[in-house]
Amino acid sequence: MAKVKANMGKASGAARTGDASALNGSAPLSHWLRREGSTFRGGVHPPEHKELTADKPIRRFPFANEFILPLAQHAGAPSEPVVREGQDVVRGEPLARPAGFVSVPIHSPATGRVSRIGLERVGTGAMGQAIVLRPYHGASQDVLYGAPLDIEALSPDALIQAVQNTGVVGLGGAAFPTHVKMKIPEGKAVDTIILNGCECEPYLTTDHRVMLEQIDSMLDGARIIQRAMGAERIIIGIESNKPDAIKALREAIPSDRPVTVEAVGTKYPQGAEKMLIAALLGREVPSGGLPVDCGVGVFNVATVAQIGELLPRQQGLIERVVTVTGPGVKRPGNYLMALGTPLRFVLEKVGLHEKVAEIIFGGPMMGPAVSSLDVPVTKGITGIVVLTENEVSTRDHPIYPCIRCSRCVEACPVHLNPSELGLLGRKGRYEEMVDDFHLMDCFECGSCTYVCPSNIPLVQYFRVAKGLVRERRSAK
Amino acid sequence: MSQNSLVMELRSPPHVRQALTTPVIMANVVYAMLPICAFAVFSYGASALLLLMTCTAACVLTEHVIAKASGNPTPIGDYSAAVTGILLALTLPPGFPLWMGALGGVVSIVLGKTLFGGLGCNVFNPALVGRAFLQASFPVAITTWTPPYMDGRFVQGIPSSFTLPFLEPISVVQFVEDSGIDGFTGATPLAAQLFEQQPTSLADLFFGTTAGSLGETSALIILICGIYLAARGMMNWRIPAAIFASIFLVGGFFYTLNPDVNPNPFFMLLSGGLMLGAVFMASDLVASPTSPFGMWVYGVLIGAVTYIIRMYGGLPEGIMYAILLANAASPLIDQLTQPRTYGSRLRSKAA
Ligand code: SF4
Ligand code: SF4
Repeated sequence: MAKVKANMGKASGAARTGDASALNGSAPLSHWLRREGSTFRGGVHPPEHKELTADKPIRRFPFANEFILPLAQHAGAPSEPVVREGQDVVRGEPLARPAGFVSVPIHSPATGRVSRIGLERVGTGAMGQAIVLRPYHGASQDVLYGAPLDIEALSPDALIQAVQNTGVVGLGGAAFPTHVKMKIPEGKAVDTIILNGCECEPYLTTDHRVMLEQIDSMLDGARIIQRAMGAERIIIGIESNKPDAIKALREAIPSDRPVTVEAVGTKYPQGAEKMLIAALLGREVPSGGLPVDCGVGVFNVATVAQIGELLPRQQGLIERVVTVTGPGVKRPGNYLMALGTPLRFVLEKVGLHEKVAEIIFGGPMMGPAVSSLDVPVTKGITGIVVLTENEVSTRDHPIYPCIRCSRCVEACPVHLNPSELGLLGRKGRYEEMVDDFHLMDCFECGSCTYVCPSNIPLVQYFRVAKGLVRERRSAK
Repeated sequence: MSQNSLVMELRSPPHVRQALTTPVIMANVVYAMLPICAFAVFSYGASALLLLMTCTAACVLTEHVIAKASGNPTPIGDYSAAVTGILLALTLPPGFPLWMGALGGVVSIVLGKTLFGGLGCNVFNPALVGRAFLQASFPVAITTWTPPYMDGRFVQGIPSSFTLPFLEPISVVQFVEDSGIDGFTGATPLAAQLFEQQPTSLADLFFGTTAGSLGETSALIILICGIYLAARGMMNWRIPAAIFASIFLVGGFFYTLNPDVNPNPFFMLLSGGLMLGAVFMASDLVASPTSPFGMWVYGVLIGAVTYIIRMYGGLPEGIMYAILLANAASPLIDQLTQPRTYGSRLRSKAA
């Protein structure tokens, strides 16, 4: 704790050096000179651009005329509809039930009528099954559904069941059902719960605002998870570029609770579970394993806040905070959006500038570009970033040969050798990449591609290689 | 709303890239060498300038011609050939015949680079390949030194520079005497120390008032230029640091054993081509290891081998061969020093 406090003074200054140091990337000298907060080895410093929305309080976004709710908006089995076309539903009512343990229900974001159940554009533009809902305008949009729940009386398993009923999944982008992460496998134990408030992707400020505005829900949610998992302590890990959130949380936490707030270095991908565990606890998740294998559970702060908000009232997840930002957006902000809101409607409301080049779901380091404006906002969407030609132009540089500058080696947070992997990838030697160079440990953070001065699409090669090897091996 | 006319790109993340590109890195290496070039021209005059231009032109032209002949787009825009040319010239004596310099440039590119597959594939530092070739072919010319600061050096070149191809270089002894410099023995400080036990002041070595190859005389300027590159993240500081540390420690060890025979470690550090080699040649990105620990191993190897060649070999200058040797070893070093990947220790324990 003392170490972290000592680092806090530097934290706010360090946050602003993002742009200047971006040129150096993971340059060793500058890396050693600017240590701030505990962190992991590797990583990059892309310009943050968080100032666009960091000070904007969460605002409710208007209702669209139609909501599209994909049945597969979480990782795991798609939900199964429990309504039929033409049925009237109230806000908060379940529309679909989980299909098994690794699945969650879907709740209605508005009072209205189910107009269609069928194929719609979902995800980033592919077709998928969805429930389409037309809200009744003028209807009271209070959540009428739900009933109070006495948390203290519930067993861990009952708590996990209650979390599944809320339909909450990882709101940090992964969209993995939260209750599944809370279920500790036989023979394992968890001593520490980490609340992930890093938000290391450029532009995004969703978690930042949640940590400032939903502190009580967050602490309630953390308590529920701690009880269900039997952990001793809770650590809230926040990047040092959010000193206001760190301060607000430290002040809000009662001293008798086993919750601490720790500042970690501002560096991408600090918010990756494995990197955060390394920074806070010095532990490593075994290769191919999960955080629970080293006694830790990691949950995104917005996810936890939703659990704290919904579970005591037995309500379902029907909206989330989305950062709509980027140089292409006229009115950037942090908006509380009903799930299922079509992207086209969002962009119409916030307004776009000329020369839009790309629209990204999530942050620009890992988020996919969308190919259709008809797709909806779903549970895993942390932000909508609109980039213009200015931002994407550097990618059009020609690709030079690898000059073995080792920037990628220094940047890789899992300590792979992307240079070597890239050379093998170009030659199609995928098996070697996996067997001799640990390709499967790559979690596609893109740091290597970001720093490569030769503009080599390293992570793109790795995605292809991983996919092919997985396919080949499962075919055997 | 003009959304019907919205043209969206579809690329895979990351959608943002660092602005720094390979040509910018190479161009910065060129910039970093310019002060050294300027000091060389200041010390040695017109001949130095001509030699620099000849070698650089030879390298760039060779690269261009080979690319055109094989139907590829010309890669000279990436500045890597210019880096090679300048580096080569900086390792040559001021009065080195220009035609030999040009030949060295061609050999650097052809044997040192294109034969391996071009930028990124070379096993050795191309400039050193060229320099090794010249050393083997013209052992006398490459060890014929002229003193710095000769009168009239800016208007009149050293006569040996203008030797016609395939002829014996013109002797510079008379020329040096005519230039009003007394007591010039024709030896560099390193050779004087090793073979004649004649010391040179460290300050002279540091500020570069001694005889030597174009770019190796002033340790100070080389260091400043190196720090610029390292601070901008365009050179890996670990490699020169490892070389300095290793030669200093090895030299210091032998010096404490027997200070009468073995030279002072500071002298070892500052004399000869060590500074230039460590900062600009050993750190060649392509021919050095990529893992951080591998870089230390590589640098220590270079330092130790340099010391051994200097003290026990027949040559005064060992840095060139030490670097070439370490270049050859660098794939092996890389393989042996792969960093432990995140989470792998635990897997092996579990297995
Ligand atoms: S892949 Fe790119 S970043 Fe990595 S060593 Fe090669 S040039 Fe450098
Ligand atoms: S994308 Fe993979 S190889 Fe590249 S830096 Fe991230 S983890 Fe390392």
